[in-house]
This record gives sequence, C-alpha cells and structure tokens, in this order.
Amino acid sequence: MGNRGTTVDAALLEVRGVSKSFPGVKALQDMHLELRHGEVLALVGENGAGKSTLMKLLSGIYTPEEGEFSMNGSPVVVQNPRHAQALGISIIHQEFNLMPDLTVTQNIFIGREPRVGGVFLNDRALHRRAQELLDRLELPLDPTARVGSLTVARQQMVEIAKALSYDPQVLIMDEPTAALNDAEVAVLHGLIRRFVNPSTGVIYISHRMDELKAISHRIEVIRDGRYIDTLDTATTSMPEVISLMVGRDLVSDARPENVRTDRPVLLSVVGLHTKNLLKDITFELREGEILGFAGLMGAGRTEVGRALVGADPLTAGSISLRGEPISVRNPAAAAALRIGYLSEDRKHFGLLLNQTVSSNIALSSLSTLFARFGFVKDRLIKARSREMVDRLRVKTPSINQTTKNLSGGNQQKVVIAKWLLKDCDILIFDEPTRGIDVGAKEEIYRLLNELAAQGKSIVMISSELPEVLRMSHRVVVMSEGRITGLLESGEATQESVMHLATLRPGDGSGRQSAPSESAGEQHPHSRTPNHRAPGDASDTDPKGHA
Amino acid sequence: MSDTKNTAAVATARGSMRARIEQLLAFGGLIVIVAFFSIANENFRTFSNFTAILFSTVVIGLLALGTTFVIITGGIDLSIGTGMTLCAVMSGVLIINWDLPLGLGLVLTVLFGGLIGFVNGFNVAVLKLPPFIATLAMMLVAQGLALVLSNSVPIYFNALPEFSRISTGELIPKVPNAVLVLAAAAVVAAVLLNRTLFGRYTFAIGSNEEATELSGVNVRRWKLLIYTVAGLFTGLAGIMISARLGSAQPATGMGYELQAIAAVVIGGTSLVGGKGSIIGTVIGALIISVINNGLRIMSIPQEWQNVILGAVILAAVYADMARKRSGSST
Repeated sequence: MGNRGTTVDAALLEVRGVSKSFPGVKALQDMHLELRHGEVLALVGENGAGKSTLMKLLSGIYTPEEGEFSMNGSPVVVQNPRHAQALGISIIHQEFNLMPDLTVTQNIFIGREPRVGGVFLNDRALHRRAQELLDRLELPLDPTARVGSLTVARQQMVEIAKALSYDPQVLIMDEPTAALNDAEVAVLHGLIRRFVNPSTGVIYISHRMDELKAISHRIEVIRDGRYIDTLDTATTSMPEVISLMVGRDLVSDARPENVRTDRPVLLSVVGLHTKNLLKDITFELREGEILGFAGLMGAGRTEVGRALVGADPLTAGSISLRGEPISVRNPAAAAALRIGYLSEDRKHFGLLLNQTVSSNIALSSLSTLFARFGFVKDRLIKARSREMVDRLRVKTPSINQTTKNLSGGNQQKVVIAKWLLKDCDILIFDEPTRGIDVGAKEEIYRLLNELAAQGKSIVMISSELPEVLRMSHRVVVMSEGRITGLLESGEATQESVMHLATLRPGDGSGRQSAPSESAGEQHPHSRTPNHRAPGDASDTDPKGHA
Repeated sequence: MSDTKNTAAVATARGSMRARIEQLLAFGGLIVIVAFFSIANENFRTFSNFTAILFSTVVIGLLALGTTFVIITGGIDLSIGTGMTLCAVMSGVLIINWDLPLGLGLVLTVLFGGLIGFVNGFNVAVLKLPPFIATLAMMLVAQGLALVLSNSVPIYFNALPEFSRISTGELIPKVPNAVLVLAAAAVVAAVLLNRTLFGRYTFAIGSNEEATELSGVNVRRWKLLIYTVAGLFTGLAGIMISARLGSAQPATGMGYELQAIAAVVIGGTSLVGGKGSIIGTVIGALIISVINNGLRIMSIPQEWQNVILGAVILAAVYADMARKRSGSST
C-alpha cells in the first residue's frame, strides 16, 4: 500500500474532456480537473454547475459520454462505487449514508465485517479495529455509540472515518461543512491536513468561501457544466472566485439596512424553559427588525424557534404578542397568530416534496384564503401562486412542477412564498440560506431586508457569522441552551459573537455577575439580557424601547 | 421570456399527459382483463353478468373508498373488514332487536361506523400508535364485539323486505340499487378528495406530516377526521352487506380488509402516502371483481382465484414502480 502513487510528474487524478448529458440537459461539457499529489483542491460552482454530476461520474454511478479519467498517469474506467473504492477514490456525499440504528463501528465496517466461521460476527475485534482507526484519526468518538444518537458534526466524523478506513488516495468531500459550526470546521480541517501527504489528495467542494482560503491549495471554478479556471488560493481573492462562479461581481461588505432602535416591541419572551435544553430564554423582538440568533451547533437556537411556534412544549416562561400574553399550543395556533417558522431542514420540515409548487405555496393559507364551506378554490390558488412565483422570482417551469425538481434556492423561495401568502407578522427563518448557492443567497437577503422594511419582524437563526453580521439589526448569542449576550448591530463583530457563543453558562448563581463583567471588559457593549433579575432590567436595557 | 413560457406549457402538457397515462394503466388493465374473459367465455359477456360484477363490487368498493383516504395519509386500516361486520350486526340490533324505524337505524349504523373510525383516529392521531397496530387491535375488538352483540347467531331481516331492497331493489330497471349506492359514494369520495380542504390535507399529511404540521395545519384534528370518514364508509358497507344477504352474519368479515387494500393498491394509490385517486380505487375494485367473476364462470376453483389475484397485485404495483423509475431518471 505504501508505494502506491509515487509517480511524481503525472497528476494523482485527472479528468480530461468529460461530457455527460441527461434528456434535455447538458450537465457537463468538456470538463477538466487535475488533482496533484499532496494538495487540497477546492471545487466551487453555483448549485447546478455540475459538481454533483462530476462526483457521480468519479464514483461510477454515471458513466461519461466523452472524455476520460486517469490516476497517476494511467487511464481508469470507474464501473461502480465499490470499484471506485478499490481504485482508491473515497467520496463523502453531502447527504450522509449512515444507518442511525447501528453503532459507529457497524457503520464504518458495513459490508466487510470479518466473520467467524463464515457466519458469526466478532464484535469485540471489530470494535477494537474501529477504536484503532478513530485513535489514528484523533476522532473523539465512542465506537459503540449508536449513530442516531450523535450530533450532526459527529455523524460527519463517522462518515469521514468510514471513508478513510478504505485507505484512499483521493478523498472527495461534498459540502462537508454545511452542517458544522466554526469550531467543528476547524476539527475537520485538522483531519484533512493530517490526511494529505505526498501520495494523497483531497477534492473539497464547498459553498463557504472563507473555508477555501483556510484549507485549499488551489481552487477550480466551474459554471454551467463547463470548466472556467483553476486559481492558486494564496494569490486569489475570494470576491474574484465568486465573480468567476456567478459570472458577475458581488458586493461583499454589505451591512444591515434600516436599523432603528425606536420601534415598538412586537413579541416579548420571558424566562422560557423547555424540558431538554432551553433555560431562561428572555428577549424582545421589535417591529420591522431582523433579530439574528447566533451560536454554536446545539446551542439551542433551533429549539427557540420551535418553542415559539409550539412545536416543542414549554416547561416554564411566557410569551406576549403586542403586550398580550399568548399561549401557543401547536404550530396551527402559531399560524393563526401569524407566526411562521421556516425550518433549517426544508426537505423534512418545510416542503411537500412530491407535491406541486402551487400546493406547497397554498398549504398554510388553505383554510383562510382558499376555501369556502370546506371546498377549495383552485383557480384562486393558481392565480395567487403564480403571483408569488413571479414576485419571488422562483425559477420553475410552471406552478405545477413537483417541488423536488427545484434547486435548493428555489425550494427555499417556495417555502417563503407559503408564509408570505399567510401574511405573517413574525417569520422565524432557521438557516435561511443553508445549501443555497451564492447568487440565490443574495436574493434571499434582499427579500429579508424587503420584508423587514415592510414592518415584518424576522428572527434569523444562522450558523454563518458573516450572514449574521450582515443581516441582523441586533444579535442574540446563545450557548448551551441559554442566551449569553445581546449585541447591537454596531457592536457585533466576528470576535464578540464568537466570544459569547463559547461562554459556558449554567455554572450556578456564581456566574450571574462574573461572566457579564468579563464579557464587559472585552466587549464594552455586550450585555447579558437577564431581565428576570430584579433591579437588573434597567441596567441591562439602557436604551429602552419607546 | 417566451422560452420559459414554452417550457412551462410543455411541462404542464406533460404533467396532464402523465396523469392520463397513470389512469390508463389501471384502466387499460381492466379493459384487457374484460376483453380476455369476453373472448374466453360467452357467458361472461352478457349484460346480466356485467351488472352482477358491479353488484359484487359494492361491498369491497365501499370499504376501499374509505380506506383510500387513510392510505393516502400514509396510514393503513385493517379494521374495516370486521368493522363492517360489527356495523352489520349493529344494524340488525337497532332495526330488528330494538325495532327502531328503518331510516333512523340506517343513520345510526353509519354513525356507529364513524365511531369505530373515530376510535382508530384517536389511537393513531392522539395516542400516536402506529396505524397498523391500532387498527389490527380494532380488527380483533370488532370481530369479538360482533359475536358478543349477536350471541354468535345471524340476525335475519326477513320481517323487513324494504331493508333488502336497499341492495337488491331496482330504482333504475335492471340495475340493482347497491350499484347506485356505490356510484354515489364514489362521487362523494372523489369530490371530498379532489375539491375540499379535507382532501388537500389528506394529501399534505401523506406527503410530509411534519412539514404540514409546521405549516400551521392541525394535523391531529384532520387525521382524526380522516379515520372517522373511513369509518362512515365502513358503516355504509355494513348496511349494504346485510341488505344483500338479508341477514347480519357475525362470523364473516375477516379478509375483506385485505381485498379492499388490494383494490386501493391496484388503483395506483401509494402505501407510502401522498399519492392516490378515487377513480383508481374504483377501477382496482372492479378488476378484483372481474377476475373473481371471470374465473368462476370459467369454472376455475376458488383457490386459484386467490393465486391469480395475488399475481395481479404484484404486477400492478411493479408496473407502477417501473413507470415511476423511468419517469424520475430525467
């Protein structure tokens, strides 16, 4: 195994003039790619640029119509995923291929378990091998843990351990950090650096521009199924890469629009607790405000969103809308109060994937806008759906298109259209741009700003710091189920948010003064919004809310 | 601009074509089977035999109509067979034993079916039991209760010839009333499924229950209602079977649920949920009746009828999946 790939002059993996088309679509045309020994090659392109098609060709799921692949100078024909693995190509797909009910060990060695007498499994030996592998990769995983009980970040580690257990030469990662926070990304990058040596290489596909700078040696840009350019990371600026990707220039240093602190409070949340995670969540949402929620994965931001719409039960606390206490028993009650929650997981919690665009858009408003005596007004649904599709510029051949055929950005727009039609006053966006390409992101941002300008109140939960800083009028930072700080837009910086996000709350009563002091030293304006403490409220809220 | 308009038009045209072909598959199957038997046996291709086929479709058809809604939500209802029997016994108890007026007895019987469905719905939607388990339990409960209520002996409606006329009377000459009942029920079901909130939410829940809930739909309440409606159809089927037999037979019913589910599946409704149609279910029920009738006329033993029916189910579902696979590769 050791002397594989010592040919120095030929590239580790080369793709030459590869084309692939599907009925009606030319997915790839004359594609090129050259992965050198010992490098991390970033592959970037908007959604639909052809990245996934290229991955599927490399893993043998599709076969190319023209062109060829070669490894270390000799041509290879990849027949199927198993064959790709045998050739030394391991691919980690964006959607995990894990079995949640099996253990870490079982997942890593699935399909190649050593057997005793040809039939029985030797669990202890297998766990030992898994432990060795995890130790070698420096992954803090328990081989006997059930994968379904792990966090997304840890499931990602299992995928990586599985891929690396095949001792690949080429490791391909498709959006490996889509669900990771910054600290977890650092762990992942450490892993990649340890993996790369003079006989291996990594192809790294990502939407996150800041990561490319950190991890890659070169960046290959593709657009509309064609090769555009390959750039040296060290001498390239990210706006340059983005403009190559989208074919136009983008403003990157945009800041929140229309920030005003004198608006009336719309929603006021006091002392919210849930059974599993949330503790003493207290904050206010003003009219026409974009309130950012930042924090590490698992800090409880999504749980706040779900609690607000009654998707998870509260154990304590109160919510009031326009000064009136409200009780939100379930999402239907929230919708009646015009509070909508747009999940981070569109496919599972946002869309009816096998239904049409218009069915999805109409779903929340069926009973209020589109029904009389229980009968549905189909013509009105069609008309209003068409309006929404035009207004949000959803790229779809028709409103009768099945939503699963749309790209991520357009699916997200369908979800937004559903809630806009409901005319919600409060919209809770959970990771509004996850898995969406750069161009579509800009459109979503524009839309959020428009909505806020119209007086809608928006809670924006996001794991991408630049997004939080760019969009939020104020930023709530959470850590381990508690709110650790509230930053006005002027005082929110990457550093101040990260500091609050990594605070460890919940050390009993001792922390009440101490951490807020230490936070105060480093960031003069950050405050712990613990409104419940008597006498504290006036101090922590000096600006008041009209 | 005109480009997108064009592709839009093409996509819509293709969409409706697809829908039409989908119907054709089951309908085409029915035509082929009818043609086969018509050629194979001259006794099959008579008007009276065709009405006999329709007549024999009524009970399975009614059960299948109700359970179509449940299956589109991604659920299943195993209690409809013995539930129907319990309703039949109930009609006997109400109309014969308690001597209630016929009309009132019929209404109460249908409502009783609704009650069975409501209990199923409560177990599924509120207690969150898996539909398979909840309705399996109800299947046994209903079977037992039917025997208890009737003391395990049939209840005869001999004293009440009007009752039998619900099924065998002929408001339209040569067409049994039962066929009209089925036709009316199918129309009501189709309107419910295609034109009402009830139908939209049925599809939405089957497509993605979590997303539907988060869209502000009270899924619990609608599921309760869907199972209840399925129960109403069961109650109606109970009336139709006792009217046809002139008696409530407490020991029958088991196995009808599987025939009804088979009809739904042959009709192209997906057991995974989110997809289905009433016309498909009606065609599915007709296919089952035609096969049973045709094989009987050709003097093929009962045992073989089930073997062939099983093969038809496999063929129907396989054809459905094959078409989907070729459709989604674009």
